[in-house]
Amino acid sequence: MLEEDIASTNVGLDLLGQARLWLAYAGEIDGRSEDRLAYFRESGDFRNLLLVEQPNGNYADTIARQYLFDQWHVLVLAELATSKDSRIAAIAAKALTEVRYHVERSSRWVIRLGDGTDLSHGRMQAATDALWMYTGEMHIADASERPLIEAGIAADVEALRVPWLADVRSVFAEATLTVPADSWMQGANGRGGKQGVHTEHLSHLLAEMQVLPRTYPDARW
Amino acid sequence: MNLRNAGDDVARAVWTALGAIADPEIPVVSIVELGIVRDVRCGDDECVVTLTPTYSGCPAMRVIESDVQSALALVTNRPLRIVTALTPPWTSDAIAPEARRKLAAAGIAPPGEVSRIVFQREAVRCPNCGSMRTEEIARFGSTACKAQYRCRDCLEPFDYFKPH
Ligand SMILES: [Zn+2]
Repeated sequence: MLEEDIASTNVGLDLLGQARLWLAYAGEIDGRSEDRLAYFRESGDFRNLLLVEQPNGNYADTIARQYLFDQWHVLVLAELATSKDSRIAAIAAKALTEVRYHVERSSRWVIRLGDGTDLSHGRMQAATDALWMYTGEMHIADASERPLIEAGIAADVEALRVPWLADVRSVFAEATLTVPADSWMQGANGRGGKQGVHTEHLSHLLAEMQVLPRTYPDARW
Repeated sequence: MNLRNAGDDVARAVWTALGAIADPEIPVVSIVELGIVRDVRCGDDECVVTLTPTYSGCPAMRVIESDVQSALALVTNRPLRIVTALTPPWTSDAIAPEARRKLAAAGIAPPGEVSRIVFQREAVRCPNCGSMRTEEIARFGSTACKAQYRCRDCLEPFDYFKPH
């Protein structure tokens, strides 16, 4: 378990590093610093997928969340690596080398737990079933994304649904897991993470992340 | 890849000084040997050193930048500017052959060639006894760039510098 603790931390570190690169670029356009964007926005100003703000739960919950995201992340970055915006392409190409490792690790865990004991299989299936409703949003382009997709700058996330599902099906088959049926998807009504409408979990995460710079606005690190 | 410019004496002195800076997480190799230093350009009014991160969240980058600042202050009084380049992304193929030998000597199995290895189970030689009968314990090790392995012959655990 120590090894997995380290692995989760390292994946987190990669994602933090990537987030810094994205926020620094966004900040250059928007006029706010990377720290300003991370620490001084309210939850309604964040545009992340609802999936990634879901709680850690048990280890199957953590792995299900990670895998469903990683499998999407790797496809999106591969698209962004050919973006017409050279800065986006550079960040994506860098991040892709890291995220290939993430999906390799999380997919192996899905298989290990799914095709494991009755207990681990049951938890892995339950975790997947519970998180499935957050996966629809990953493949719906927001109104603000469409012009960017047409200009060849952003990834066409709707076109990624088919390859994503194919990858998920193949991992789940090896893991002896059932791919949940598509039913109600959170965010499908245009009120999800991409519009700043979040689950309550994001506020808890932000409180922990933002408390220090908000309490000591002049802190330097 | 040789990105060194045929430059003036200052640039040469800068390269030498950079070659003496140990990587903070793997001190047996220098930042030049790891391929973190991409370029040095010294003009009359400043020296520009281009660095590239091994991993985008590499916590050692700040330390490396400050090490570069202090090392270069000793060889030139021109103002120093550090530029970070992401393209092309760093891969472990940028690690110099000499550094691979140093890694192995320090008990860290050096990475194989990225193009041949990504997504395949790679055979990793035990840096302790040379056996190829090794197995992965965990995908990530003590730092982001390493995985944990174990030798099935001498039974020693060791770090493997991941090809990436
Ligand atoms: Zn051995």
